[in-house]
Amino acid sequence: MAVPLLEVDDLTVRFRTDAGWMTAVDRVSLAVGEGEALGIVGESGSGKSVTALSILRLHAAATTRMPTGKILYGGKDLLTLPTREMRQIRGGEIAMIFQDPMSSLNPVLTIADQIGESLRLHQGVDHVTARKRAIELLDLVRIPDAARRVDEYPHRLSGGMRQRVMIAIAIACRPKLLIADEPTTALDVTIQAQILDLLRDLQRELGMSVILITHDMGVIAEFARRVMVMYAGRVVETAPVGQMFRRPVHPYTEGLLTAIPKLDVDVRRLPTIAGSIPDPTVVIPGCRYSPRCPQVQESCRRDSPALLPAGPEREARCPPRVAAMAKETVA
Amino acid sequence: MSAALKTDAADAPIIRVRDLVKEFNVTRGRGGPPAILRAVNHISFDIRPGTTLGLVGESGSGKSTTGRLLVGLIPATSGEISLFGETITGADGEAALAKVRSKLQFVFQDPHGSLNPRMRVGDCIAEPIDIAGGWSRKDRADRVSELLETVGLPRAVAERFPHEFSGGQRQRIGIARALALRPDFVVCDEPVSALDVSMQAQIINLLLDLQERLGLSYLFIAHDLAVVRSIATDVVVMYAGALVEQAPKRVLYSAPKHPYTQALLDAVPRPDPDRVRSAALGGEVPSILNPLPGCAFAARCPHVMDVCRQDRPAPRPTGEGHVVACHLY
Amino acid sequence: MAEATILASGEAIAARRRFRVLRKLLHHRSFMAGFIIVAVMVIAALCAPLTGVDPNQMRVRLRFRPPSEVNWFGTDQFGRDLFTRTLYGAQLSLWIGLAVAVLSGVVGAAIGVLSAQFRRLDSLLMRIMDALMAAPAILLAIGLGAALGPQTHSVIIALAVAYIPRTARIVRASALVTRELEFIEAARVSGASSMRIMFKHLLPNASGPLLVQSTFVFAFAILAEAALSFIGIGPPPPAPSWGNIIAEGRQFAVQSWWIMLFPGFAISLAALGMNLLGDGLRDVLDPRLKVES
Repeated sequence: MAVPLLEVDDLTVRFRTDAGWMTAVDRVSLAVGEGEALGIVGESGSGKSVTALSILRLHAAATTRMPTGKILYGGKDLLTLPTREMRQIRGGEIAMIFQDPMSSLNPVLTIADQIGESLRLHQGVDHVTARKRAIELLDLVRIPDAARRVDEYPHRLSGGMRQRVMIAIAIACRPKLLIADEPTTALDVTIQAQILDLLRDLQRELGMSVILITHDMGVIAEFARRVMVMYAGRVVETAPVGQMFRRPVHPYTEGLLTAIPKLDVDVRRLPTIAGSIPDPTVVIPGCRYSPRCPQVQESCRRDSPALLPAGPEREARCPPRVAAMAKETVA
Repeated sequence: MSAALKTDAADAPIIRVRDLVKEFNVTRGRGGPPAILRAVNHISFDIRPGTTLGLVGESGSGKSTTGRLLVGLIPATSGEISLFGETITGADGEAALAKVRSKLQFVFQDPHGSLNPRMRVGDCIAEPIDIAGGWSRKDRADRVSELLETVGLPRAVAERFPHEFSGGQRQRIGIARALALRPDFVVCDEPVSALDVSMQAQIINLLLDLQERLGLSYLFIAHDLAVVRSIATDVVVMYAGALVEQAPKRVLYSAPKHPYTQALLDAVPRPDPDRVRSAALGGEVPSILNPLPGCAFAARCPHVMDVCRQDRPAPRPTGEGHVVACHLY
Repeated sequence: MAEATILASGEAIAARRRFRVLRKLLHHRSFMAGFIIVAVMVIAALCAPLTGVDPNQMRVRLRFRPPSEVNWFGTDQFGRDLFTRTLYGAQLSLWIGLAVAVLSGVVGAAIGVLSAQFRRLDSLLMRIMDALMAAPAILLAIGLGAALGPQTHSVIIALAVAYIPRTARIVRASALVTRELEFIEAARVSGASSMRIMFKHLLPNASGPLLVQSTFVFAFAILAEAALSFIGIGPPPPAPSWGNIIAEGRQFAVQSWWIMLFPGFAISLAALGMNLLGDGLRDVLDPRLKVES
């Protein structure tokens, strides 16, 4: 990739819980190019949300050990940036939208106030200009009757509308990177389709990079150009989206793809992944997926596998599979 | 009642719903008369023994309310619900419900709210037994062990508390509880929506196995169409409280007739990067608080006609068990 | 059925999650401090007979002795040993605190769950509670105490009534939240009666806030008993309670300061201990009682 816009290098984040320290993110690295749509997919406990929050240093300070690693943006390491500069980046250059539109907006402020907040903070505009820009932004995110809606309070809006407002707030200052953490999970399917269309169009119009975090493989297939699969705090596979779906390398990716209920096919019984997601406080020797992997070998339980290249723009954390693939390619 | 029991009336529906309506009174903040929220708007369907009726819809469709109406958790405003020959709506509904209660059960959506955190798992599972009364301690304990084994959990689980278990395990516990008194009909309200994808398949398979082994009938409520496809025999689609389409599964998914069903199926993202989805359906789910006359879907329908805005279309059979509520047909 | 019975090795039932509350309590500084204080006082109270001294025995020759090696807390106007009296006083005062906490807890909890379960009863009961709460607790207790007469059990009843509304409110609030959870619906599907829902489901889930509230009621009761004794409607003399001793020592406050000092200190310490205990319990129990992920 040409110089990436954002580069996360060897990020590790640990939390203190009742049951001791747990490693939520374990030496995760990723890179996002300019204007690129990167998808991060994983189930609960995969560390995908914590990774995203770390980029903007939004995790709870009290229970988090200082993350190690580097997050490089614009030549600076975001993890060591002074708070004042970090605040300028948040919203100004890197913005984030969250899952639950019901609780992401302040119920006692009007839409205009909330969109304007970002504008006033980063661009120093006055109230009148802020309100005008807010209306323009509401139009941009396709909220009908924007001039009237801008003065309403969040409780008057539906979930889909609130998510659009969230997006408007996020793009108000034309950030270079938008991080979307499960932005459509709480929405109805038909509304989800609208929001995904909107995000895709905005990404093109504004030339924004987008990191889309989700557990939904369908959403990833629709939206992302490149995909990163996470499991139990580690990256297990990265690949261009087409290749990931057609020829997954890591057994977890494979298992996930087969275990999803299919809309277009009838099956008598669904294929499953045995077992369940490991308790984050329990340390598993060797590969974290080995207790569940149908193709597990002795070495998997012993040696912690490294992330190996598996083709152009591809990496996978499964030495046996990567080796097998290499043999196939040669043969 | 095992699946092996086949009589002449084996296909007669065990659940019959006719013209069911549920309205809620919503007090308005600024005074004035309370508004009427019609959550379920004149729906009718049957469920045959040993089958699964999938009930799909988005928020505001009334599907969860329907599920609760069917087991008597909420009283109906009007219409008829008859379960195993007993009519639980209307006068004497309470008595009728008491008669068939042991044949009904419910599996809930939220694995974290569906078990009492203060009760041991064994007591949670045995609650229907305790309420029914008359079981000896030994029988109760044996049944709990049997149920745990049925849902794939070790016996020792009975002594623990719910918070010690994961979401998927808690759903299994909830299913074990539902099976305690050997019901014939179980309403499953989004039983896998709160679970991770890799766990969803396990629980769906469990439900399918139990249906085969125990001859259960399900009303399976979900918003995820792919999940419904994996378990349903017939499917009902609801929109804003009304039934818009009903068909056997294969027919519904391959040849949906109602424009909403078509839009819904199209909107679901597929794990196929090459698929190009048509433009999303515009508009919002209409408010069921002040419903406009005519078809609830008129505002968003790509095939809307004048008559759609005036007359509510009644569900009409179009052959092969396919029912559609649309003026196009 | 194979898949259903697979519990792969990764799906370990987390044994770590057991006894979590107990462990957290043991590590909580406030709680442990309060617990130790209260435990010491209870033990001291129970050991009162070990002194071998009769708390009511008057020795006229030993009147108004300041604290010394023989009389650790000194003697009062009747020559009674104050250390022994304070220890026996602990028995009575702590007993009153406990009785008030338990009585207001039980009645308040019943009112709380009834209000939450039966909405029509709710308006009636809560208005009565509001009326009771309109008067400051101490005044209410004084009024009731005066009406019932100066005896130990009337002190207990008066104080309990003063605190029932607050307990009822807390239990009601918790029960209202619990009612919305799905396991209540699950019980109703199986045909659970209102009684069962109230006492098997709502009440146990309110036990956390109830317990915390009870510790504060305990502390309040000990303080209030002193206040009631001060104006003469506490437990009747000669039985020593901390409040009694202070009340009797009031006239001699200047010359014989030790009479009021030690029981006063004991009251403060007991109230402090209970408050710390309650704070600790609340910190540990509250977040855990929320539906967690």
